[in-house]
Amino acid sequence: MENLFNAIVLIANYLVIPGMTYGCQLALGALGVTLVFGILRFSNFAHGETMAFGTTIAILTTWWLQSAGVSLGPLPTALLTLPIAILAAIVLCLGTDKLVYRFYRSKKSDPVIFLIASLGVMFFYNGLVRFIIGPKDQVFTDGDRFLITAREFKQITGLNEGLAIKTTQAITVVAAVMIVAALFWFLNKTRSGKSMRAYSDNEDLALLSGINPDRVVMIAWILSAALATIAGTLYGLDKSFKPFTYLQILLPIFASAIVGGLGNPLGAIAGGFVVAFSEVSVTFAYKKFLTYLVPESWAPEGLVQLLSTDYKFAVSFVILVLVLLIKPTGLFGRQSS
Amino acid sequence: MKKLLLALAATTMLAGPAMAENVKLGVILGFTGPIESLTPDMAAGAELAMKEVSDSGALLGGSTVESVRGDSTCVDAAAAQAAAERLITSDKVSAIMGADCSGVTTAILQNVAMANGVVMVSPSATSPALSDIEDNGLFFRTAPSDARQGQVLAEILKENGVKSAALTYTNNDYGKGLAESIKSNVESMGISITISAAHEDGKGDYSAEVGALAQAGGDVLIVAGYLDQGGKGVIQGALDSGAFETFVLPDGMIGDSLPIAIGDGLNGSYGTVPGTDSPGAAKFGEMATAAGFKAGPFSAESYDAAALILLAMEAAGSSDSGALKDKVEMVANAPGEKIYPGELAKALAILSDGGDIDYVGATAVELIGAGESAGNYRQILVDGGKITTTKYR
Repeated sequence: MENLFNAIVLIANYLVIPGMTYGCQLALGALGVTLVFGILRFSNFAHGETMAFGTTIAILTTWWLQSAGVSLGPLPTALLTLPIAILAAIVLCLGTDKLVYRFYRSKKSDPVIFLIASLGVMFFYNGLVRFIIGPKDQVFTDGDRFLITAREFKQITGLNEGLAIKTTQAITVVAAVMIVAALFWFLNKTRSGKSMRAYSDNEDLALLSGINPDRVVMIAWILSAALATIAGTLYGLDKSFKPFTYLQILLPIFASAIVGGLGNPLGAIAGGFVVAFSEVSVTFAYKKFLTYLVPESWAPEGLVQLLSTDYKFAVSFVILVLVLLIKPTGLFGRQSS
Repeated sequence: MKKLLLALAATTMLAGPAMAENVKLGVILGFTGPIESLTPDMAAGAELAMKEVSDSGALLGGSTVESVRGDSTCVDAAAAQAAAERLITSDKVSAIMGADCSGVTTAILQNVAMANGVVMVSPSATSPALSDIEDNGLFFRTAPSDARQGQVLAEILKENGVKSAALTYTNNDYGKGLAESIKSNVESMGISITISAAHEDGKGDYSAEVGALAQAGGDVLIVAGYLDQGGKGVIQGALDSGAFETFVLPDGMIGDSLPIAIGDGLNGSYGTVPGTDSPGAAKFGEMATAAGFKAGPFSAESYDAAALILLAMEAAGSSDSGALKDKVEMVANAPGEKIYPGELAKALAILSDGGDIDYVGATAVELIGAGESAGNYRQILVDGGKITTTKYR
């Protein structure tokens, strides 16, 4: 029996908890991408850099608060700074929309023109973030690091395997659940949310029924900027902030959004978890896990690893290709990407 | 009387060494190309040794030494070979201080130096492949092979009583080469490597890597990566999940920013970084400043490379490569009087009296194996959030 518990704890510690956290981070990022796609009908490549920009503001404000002696006790101070950071990101996104995307909207340009324009915006944000905070690593986590450490868990339970839960991991999951709930309430229950869904489903019909397109676009940018800032800050708290990784994380975020079906918020969340868990579980070595479960004589000699970690990134792209081949609109999608 | 004079003349002729000449030494470095910022100081280091020997007037009965530079380009093997060919056949250099990068060094050695029987002493080629290359005893280097660090790390692991270790490396030539060297050395010490897994730099999440490493298990985790890249991410992840508590850090991971970023969790981890506490290093630094150049990377090795060639000439009593190649290891290694930078005149005097020297030089030279520097490493320990020196190896 103890072996069974050990096996469960082991999987929880190395697979479930990291996968959940990473999945939530990807899901929040993918939600922002998918909202912009649903309303503005293009893939916003600048989303990763929007995350970086929002996080930059959050870090700067955190430093300011820390120097003023403000803290949240066991929680990271950065959570307090989110409203300011979100506001800054919204100003940036709306400003960009006014200066760049509105021009192409008035010309009714192809989605691919928007996509390339967003690539240019990405490079601009890229430089902006490095200009403000520099290309280096920044650690801005404070408060308690762990809810429970592996060693404490072992002492309490007497098991061989430890279970560590970081404060930031717990915050990430709790925040993601709250935000997703709030977003769905907004989309399904409020007038603005309904008008957004209507606009996303059928633009012409929505316009005919008197929905103001400028307002819908503005709300989409506000939501996308807020989601990007929250996702970026949570990610930066959990790992660390380095502008370059926010460019790198764009790929798994897009993979998540596409796997789930671009334009579908529910799909973005599911896609985030599919990508995160497949990356971790396919390259996981199940040797110890099996050793706990099977009789001693059956214990595996090798590592029982399906794929070496070198192929980690291949995994999410194989899933992406499979989904596009079998169900081109994504697992939950209505619109073709 | 006439016969006596003639006989005297003949003996002087035969005893060639005693006759002063103008010895030419080739300096083949990448004066253009990827490491062009380093090579001026490297050449200056080598030429400092030549000047010291010339000024002493003690080499082969008062011979002077002249430097002839050639451009290896670091990457273009054809250009490097042409430069070496010119130096050997037209300038008639006695030996070559160079080349710098491993690729062009191999090309010059195999296609030019061996064909002409000319000695090469490289200050900076570190590829493990050069250790067992066919060289007719003509090739030496004052830089350690990358393979050496694996050996040093293996010794440290053994001394710390490590029984098994997991290994992760950054997915590039540096990481792969180092990981291979660490793996083979550690295993030959009877320590098992439970897994050897690559990690990509600059990625967002390392839970998959940490998961695999943790399942394979081990007393310590060896991280052959970069301190501001994936190496840091893997350590952070391993500490967070409680997978490993002690980390072994090769040179790419050593820097003050790592303990600051990771925090207390890194205390007790240890590693290696090239370095020597030999008084020669400090002495060379002073000499370089006085001579008006910077003791930059590999310039001390260049000084030592040129000095070794010239000392071997004196020991052989000839500036001919065929004779001096057998004396390089003799002057570099014990027994004998220890020689530091700036003491080349003293060394030449000892050698001409038939004595023996142990050239220590600026980098504590000790030639091992097929004539390459044993390599000196600083063993470090992370203690109280700071990198501290345990000892030098």
